[in-house]
Amino acid sequence: MKTFLRIIGALIVVCLAALLAFIFVPVQRTAPTEELAADWTPEAGQGEYVMYASDCMACHTAEGGEPFAGGRSILSPMGTIWATNITPDKETGIGNWTLDDFRAALYDGLTPDGRHLYPAMPYENYRKLTEEDVRALYDYFMNEVPAVNNPVEATALSFPFNMRFGIRAWNWIALSDPAGSAYEQSTPQERGRYLVESAGHCGACHSPRNVFMGQDGLTADDANFLKGGEVDGWLAPALMGEGSAAATWPVGEIATYLATGRNSHSTANGEMSMVVEHSLQHLTDEDNLAIAAFLKGEDVGEATLLGTDLALEEAENDHPTTTMLTEAKDLSEGARLYLDNCNACHFVTGKGAPEIFPELAGNSLVTADQTGPLIGIILHGAEVPSTEKRPMRLVMQGYAERLTDEEVAEVASFLRTAWGNDAPAVTAADVAKVRAADSAH
Amino acid sequence: MARQEKKKDVVIVGLGWTGSIIGMELAQEGLEIVALERGHDQDTVPNFQYPQMIDELKYGVRLGMMQKPRQSTLTIRRNLEESALPYRSLGSFLPGNGVGGAGTHWNGLNWRPMLAEYKLRSHVEQNWGAGIIPEDMQLMDYPVTYEELEPHFARFERVAGISGNAGNINGQIIEGGNPFEAPRSSDYPMPAMPSTYDGAKFAEAAKSLGLHPFARPGGIASTSYVNEYGMQMGPCNHCGFCERYGCYQYSKSSPQTAILDALRKKPNFSYRTGAEVLRVEMAEDGKTATGVTYYDEAAQEEVFQPADLVILAAYQLHNVHLMLLSGIGQPYDPRTGQGVTGKNYAYQMNGGYTLFYENEVFNPFIGTGANGFSIDDYGIGQIDFGTEGFIGGSYISSGQSNGQPIRSMPLPAGTPAWGQGWKDGIKKWYGHSMSIGSHGSHMAYRNNYLDLDPTYKDRHGRPLMRMTFNWHDNEVRMTQFMREKIRPIAEALKPDSMQDAFKKQGQMYDVRPYQTTHNTGGAIMSETPDQGAVNKFSQAWDKHNVFVMGAGNFVQNTQYNPTGLVGGLAYHTAQAIRTQYLSNPRPLV
Repeated sequence: MKTFLRIIGALIVVCLAALLAFIFVPVQRTAPTEELAADWTPEAGQGEYVMYASDCMACHTAEGGEPFAGGRSILSPMGTIWATNITPDKETGIGNWTLDDFRAALYDGLTPDGRHLYPAMPYENYRKLTEEDVRALYDYFMNEVPAVNNPVEATALSFPFNMRFGIRAWNWIALSDPAGSAYEQSTPQERGRYLVESAGHCGACHSPRNVFMGQDGLTADDANFLKGGEVDGWLAPALMGEGSAAATWPVGEIATYLATGRNSHSTANGEMSMVVEHSLQHLTDEDNLAIAAFLKGEDVGEATLLGTDLALEEAENDHPTTTMLTEAKDLSEGARLYLDNCNACHFVTGKGAPEIFPELAGNSLVTADQTGPLIGIILHGAEVPSTEKRPMRLVMQGYAERLTDEEVAEVASFLRTAWGNDAPAVTAADVAKVRAADSAH
Repeated sequence: MARQEKKKDVVIVGLGWTGSIIGMELAQEGLEIVALERGHDQDTVPNFQYPQMIDELKYGVRLGMMQKPRQSTLTIRRNLEESALPYRSLGSFLPGNGVGGAGTHWNGLNWRPMLAEYKLRSHVEQNWGAGIIPEDMQLMDYPVTYEELEPHFARFERVAGISGNAGNINGQIIEGGNPFEAPRSSDYPMPAMPSTYDGAKFAEAAKSLGLHPFARPGGIASTSYVNEYGMQMGPCNHCGFCERYGCYQYSKSSPQTAILDALRKKPNFSYRTGAEVLRVEMAEDGKTATGVTYYDEAAQEEVFQPADLVILAAYQLHNVHLMLLSGIGQPYDPRTGQGVTGKNYAYQMNGGYTLFYENEVFNPFIGTGANGFSIDDYGIGQIDFGTEGFIGGSYISSGQSNGQPIRSMPLPAGTPAWGQGWKDGIKKWYGHSMSIGSHGSHMAYRNNYLDLDPTYKDRHGRPLMRMTFNWHDNEVRMTQFMREKIRPIAEALKPDSMQDAFKKQGQMYDVRPYQTTHNTGGAIMSETPDQGAVNKFSQAWDKHNVFVMGAGNFVQNTQYNPTGLVGGLAYHTAQAIRTQYLSNPRPLV
């Protein structure tokens, strides 16, 4: 008995010690993956470019706020996470951070005092950045970004998510791949892979989440990598493999979409329109083509981005839905509403028009299991941002004032079965829910 | 004391087509630019969005997109003896309001003038002698040639996104286009729009008579389009709400679809709305401008905006008004023929037939502002002026622009204008008619001009501008000639009945019915400083850092809608400023 108690006692001590160690023993920081010369300096613009590729702006700048001064709220299932000030301000920003501190945040999700960052910061992906890019990015934030004194609200999640040490266990799984990794970047596909897996952190939205809410697939070697995810009620479509846009669009069209938020088939909306605005439009054509080539798994070849000064004919579609809408006889309520409200731009073909009116036939957002985005767009419209190559701010107006919940449901259900689309109907209750949620925002 | 803003390199007065073009071109030179727009800001969404925009009562009848006479108007008289009275209710012409200007509410009809129109005086003198020119007609040559303008026409057509079929590429006549057009270096950027039934019928009849119909060219997108600035248009759905409306579909060529979002991205360009320019301020030596003073609607105060370069890019009437108020060019005096500013105000001479068919149905629910087919067989370059007894010409077209129920219900003469008889008439005839119209040139005359009104003032205490304008026999003869030429085409179309409306001899100008918003002249370009207000680069002869854009530059009006020439001249000016003026500011001629 005594022996048993002793064993139990010892076990408790061991567990306690392990727990204390788990909580209090500092996590090892990952060392640089490459030794650069002490006097290594980035090329002009290199750091800013890594910033654009990493889309730091999107999270770390509040709406209407100074660049990188933090304060943007990021809604997570665990509660609101406040993005921090990453300007070189010594009091409220990262002005006191050393290069090692900075690298630890990117690679290990650690602050200089050893606290764990919430994985809203995609260090799972940034940990793939090369040492050169880490150095360049550090140099950019320290020397090129103006310091802004802007104290940001501290993130205060409820129990148990406020126990940041718990992230340590999460990291054992999430950060199982080695940091840095030695990427070949000599071919476009290799370069594309590097950008997608590291800075671009595409997987943060476009890979499904595993049971631990981590990205289910961090590299192209993982089965579920970029096979589609969900962000804040939005479908983040699969980017690779069968049925994905990359599989059906040519390399040049994919790259055009990345650079401008629009191509011959579709336009960006929701979170992706912000990614285009703050990140991808600033990449070189070569890099957007490289990303496209990697996603598609084929060479860039002769592919280029769509040019300017050009007329593009809309696609034909002789599907029975097209015939039915053209004849416009004995229409269902949904089809009639389509003709009265949507047809002007998306046409009887459901093919829309290149670069401006997205296709609804075969559109993954239209047929997604998550109907919130489709309903949201019908109610409130959508906006494609102004970009360097396509400066036009394209706005689809909303129909919240014009259509009732029943009518939105009718037209959405029509879209989900028109031109070969095959998805279950939307109900007025679904619409009411989206309408109520959006008006509560 | 007016508030003073920080000095800019360039101030642009008005943000419509020409202001946007000059803004974009000069922004590429890295200059600091501000544009001052009297009206409000407006964009496709929310200002033109469906279905609010397609409200005929609000926009078609109550003219929601036009300037309000209480904001800005002018006085009008028909001859030197009359007292001019303020144009208190818009009728004959409709100046636009707000960002985009007339470029937002036009029909989209886009043309290059015919070859004969650039050197019209020489054309007349060489072929028939100066003797055929009426004594009071101030017929002039443009100081710029078609060859000089050709690349700029092509550029404007590509930027604006024009649909059409070329008829003459580098001298080679192309089937399906206008064989009488001046040779172009390239085709239109988009193929021609399809035509409605009326246009197709007209084309068939015209062809059967040996004439040369072609699809009417216009700034209505027949496909998706991306221009050189990366700006975009979407294919038109033929809803029929073009003129008097903003396009909800991104399908009509306008500063909004062709330029403005690209311009907004330029960090060195900004614009202020609610900023009505009151006058251009001059340096003490009187040779240059120092900037402009405007009225800031929000702050309710006058503001001085200093600038090295002043671009007048407002509507033709406002540009000339500002020149008269600011002492740019000597005011024109019809009694002496001296002076240049306000000289050669001109307009347009149009007419048309309406054909009624009991048993033909023309679907009135489709159309565009540039729909249908035209012929140029009676264009200005095709007519023997000596034999016919007038100088001028017209293009002739058919193609419905809309079937809007309040204004687009042609009825046979004699149908009651109200009550049951009117209702019966509408029921019987709506969708059962087609029209054929002529759109003709207008020459300049000694007594058609613009000056400052001696009596009426605007809300800022400035004299209103006064228009003196009347029809002249030459134009009436021209339009009656068109009446005779259209009749056989109309007869070949075998309507049950038809009626026509063409100006008759002795008819006086009437400001009440809408005619056309093609006001031209008053800031005409000329070979020498004594003949016009600006040189061939649209640069004020007497103030070298002032450029005056737009149809005010037309020495007399062409037979076409003015936008093509306005756009071509704007790019011509932009190039001159970029390549000749900026490096060495001076009179370019």
